[in-house]
Amino acid sequence: MMLSETTSGLFFNLVPWIIFFPVIGLLVNLLFGARMGEKAVGSVASVASGLAFVVSVLLGYSLWASHGEAQVVPFAEWIKIGTLDIPWNFRVDTLSVTMMLVVSGVGTLIHVYAIGYMHEDVRFKKDKKRFPRFFVFMNLFIAMMMILVSGDSYLMLFVGWEGVGLCSFLLIGFWYDMDTLGRPSWANSNAAKKAFITNRIGDLGFILAAMTMFWYFGSLQFGEVFVQAEQIAAAQPVVVIAITLFMLIGVAGKSAQIPLYVWLPDAMAGPTPVSALIHAATMVTAGVYLVARSAPLYVTVHGAQYIVAMVGAVTALFAATIAVGQYDIKKVLAYSTISQLGFMVAAVGMGAFVAGMFHLVTHAFFKALLFLSAGSVILGLERGHHRAAHHGGHADHHEEVFDPGDMRNMGGLRKQMPVTFWLYMVGTLALAGIFPFAGFWSKDEILLDASKHYPAVYWLLTAAAFLTAFYMGRQVWMVFFGKPRHAAAAHAEESGKLITVPLMVLAGLSILGGVLNLPFKGFHNFAHWLEYTLGHVEVLGFDLVVAGVSTLLALAAIGLSWLLYMRNPLRAGQEDPLKKVLGPLFTAMERKWFVDEGYWAVFVDRYVDIARFLADVIDWRFWHDWFHDKVIAGTYNFLSRKVLDLRVDQGGIDAIANGLGELTKQASVSLRRLQNGFVRSYALAVLFGVVAILGYLLLK
Amino acid sequence: MDLSLILFMILAAVAVLTAVGLLSSRNAIYAALFLVLNFATVAVFYLLLGAPFIAMVQVTVYAGAIMVLFLFVIMLLGAEKLPKGKVLPWQRPLAITLAAILVVEGGILLFQRLSLAATIPNPGAEVNSVKALQDLGNQLFSQYLLPFEVTSIVLLVAMIGVILLTKLEKGETQG
Amino acid sequence: MIPLSYYLALSAVLFSMGALGVLIKRNALIIFMSIELMLNAANLAFVALSRHFNILDGQIFVFFVIAVAAAEVAVGLALIVAIFRSKQTIDVDQLNSLKG
Repeated sequence: MMLSETTSGLFFNLVPWIIFFPVIGLLVNLLFGARMGEKAVGSVASVASGLAFVVSVLLGYSLWASHGEAQVVPFAEWIKIGTLDIPWNFRVDTLSVTMMLVVSGVGTLIHVYAIGYMHEDVRFKKDKKRFPRFFVFMNLFIAMMMILVSGDSYLMLFVGWEGVGLCSFLLIGFWYDMDTLGRPSWANSNAAKKAFITNRIGDLGFILAAMTMFWYFGSLQFGEVFVQAEQIAAAQPVVVIAITLFMLIGVAGKSAQIPLYVWLPDAMAGPTPVSALIHAATMVTAGVYLVARSAPLYVTVHGAQYIVAMVGAVTALFAATIAVGQYDIKKVLAYSTISQLGFMVAAVGMGAFVAGMFHLVTHAFFKALLFLSAGSVILGLERGHHRAAHHGGHADHHEEVFDPGDMRNMGGLRKQMPVTFWLYMVGTLALAGIFPFAGFWSKDEILLDASKHYPAVYWLLTAAAFLTAFYMGRQVWMVFFGKPRHAAAAHAEESGKLITVPLMVLAGLSILGGVLNLPFKGFHNFAHWLEYTLGHVEVLGFDLVVAGVSTLLALAAIGLSWLLYMRNPLRAGQEDPLKKVLGPLFTAMERKWFVDEGYWAVFVDRYVDIARFLADVIDWRFWHDWFHDKVIAGTYNFLSRKVLDLRVDQGGIDAIANGLGELTKQASVSLRRLQNGFVRSYALAVLFGVVAILGYLLLK
Repeated sequence: MDLSLILFMILAAVAVLTAVGLLSSRNAIYAALFLVLNFATVAVFYLLLGAPFIAMVQVTVYAGAIMVLFLFVIMLLGAEKLPKGKVLPWQRPLAITLAAILVVEGGILLFQRLSLAATIPNPGAEVNSVKALQDLGNQLFSQYLLPFEVTSIVLLVAMIGVILLTKLEKGETQG
Repeated sequence: MIPLSYYLALSAVLFSMGALGVLIKRNALIIFMSIELMLNAANLAFVALSRHFNILDGQIFVFFVIAVAAAEVAVGLALIVAIFRSKQTIDVDQLNSLKG
């Protein structure tokens, strides 16, 4: 870690600092955060994240300088039990460095944004003291995510996996005693619990995969496992299928695929920077990273690959349908995230690892941009609400329950918040996959790969892409165009520089990101970069048909949304026009296809019933009331009162003690009669003594 | 049969009988007189044992002074007769029994354990001589000088004690 | 020629009778007289043995006993007079305030 070691020009030994910098940041904020000002706390956290980014860049440079040769940097001995030997080693290769750069880069921008955002949010929620906590958790998240992507073994990856799950819980439930509107409620902490529990189910899958892997491969380190992959897959394919499918459960949990995606929409209860960082750009992509990393395992079992791809594709389409029916600005983006994750999972499932990772990177840029801009919109509405309540003077007081995230309260915001509007447009176009924004290139590559090898996946993903463009268009028309439907929207204010500048950086990346891997000869930089790690990658050129079809569909979708939402702009209180068109289908989409209700009825309520039974009947009535109170306490009381107290203590011991006293008294009463005061009897006693002694002496 | 033995027996009987008389008299005066007789008998015994000086001392001091003092006090206090006793009825028989046992024990000791074959010779004329008296006086004032002096102090103390004990306090009256 | 043991026997009998007198009689003066009887019995034994051993020490001792007995009688009688003054009786059964 010393600079002298880097005289060779390579910085591999700096890799532990990607974890140490955020840890130092979080410790400083934890110990001194209450005494530093808000700006100081935010700066410490952002600098910590920034330094991690600097180290990532240096690592990237080092890899490039050494022609992408993967480096394993040993750090410490960790677990050594019997044949199990897992050291704490860092793996610096192109795949992990890609993730590091995305996490720390986007993460730092979001940290800066969060300084401004949280400054306003703690004032809206009326708890300024909670400010430092946020940044402690954010730095902790960066540290954990870095452990996840830099580990050289599945166990290290799992440590980070669990760690980011914890941070997700902590950050979703940041306002743990309120709901999203600031009212005292269990809502936010319930959302955090839901995230943790659903993730746990995924973690179970991961653990099963790891155990199976250790049992059959004898190790959990990447190098040792991947070397044996083909051999074991040929000999016992069931083992590898089991491992890969167990891992898929983990991926479904962490990357919000069917059936474990239900936590992600609820996770919008957390502050917007959290949604952007964790639930759009970084944590949820951990699953995709896992599959990409396990490529040597997956390519040996085509059946498992097909399953993964189908899960991703179905999720993509399913989530997109739900997004169409949502009214909350962040919920639309949440389901959009699930859908895009479906794209990524489908891609890596199909074996198109480069396409999947490419989409991961571009999605990080534009989804973070969209979320952060949505946060800006929400803040703008909050400010507007305050302004309207102050000088409006009419019935809508502060006490009115006002949801600043509800799109039905918005409208016409492009006039009130122009900067946010343009930034949002960039994000929307990128997500919809319009040429030449970044999303176009990455999504296109996935579609191309699907069309070549997995037609079913291709049709599903294309349909999802259509819906993606549709619901984004719907959102843009509803939020920024038309007339304001609420006083808050009419008085909305633009956000400050601390918020808009990071967004501009992300917008730039969303526009130019496609350059990373243009599908033209000589520009496949990203593919070549990842090739060092993934081995041979299939590099496809540019297919005009596929690209053309997807672009046309996207434009058609936007046009359709314009038809529905912009020709007759929505007025306050008006029903969604799609309801008339689709009827009950729209209701189902609005109500998320009743999946949550289904889970509650089948699993959660049954679990609560069992828990109630165990608690009330088994624990309270049987164990406590009967066994404890009657048997144990009753026996004890009986023994103590009737036996020990009455018989032993009072009957026996007291009798002996009192008896001795009585005995002494009786003896003394009898002996006292000797002292009768008469001289004659005393003289008699003397004579008696004399006679006795004399008699004794005589008889001797 | 020896004359002295007969004499001894008679005198012994008298001594014992007077002692019995002392014990059984109701009247204290009678008891005192019986005791005087007893003392006189014992004085005769002393004569038989060849101790004429002691015999005289006995009669003079014991029978003459002490018993007279007794009689004075009896008459002073008017305590000739006492009313009948009411308490400790069991004490009498027990005391008599114990005294009897004591006698028996004495007898066993004298006639069984200690075989004393010795006899006392009758006193001759030499016990009446001045020489005997001189010897007595010599021994008294040389070997036993200290006890002699101490005894004189005892007598002094007794006198003082008597005076103190019978002193009347201020305001007290006699009787 | 009287055996020594006769004298000693007589002494023992007189002594027991004196002891009996101390125990039985309630009149303090008679008790006192019984004590004198006991002293007398002892004196007799002293003189008899002195004659037996042919020494004068016994007699001298008797001399002292008689002198001390005289002193003792004087003090004792003074005590009895003092008791009579306070209790108006010389019945020893009345002097039982040490009753326990």
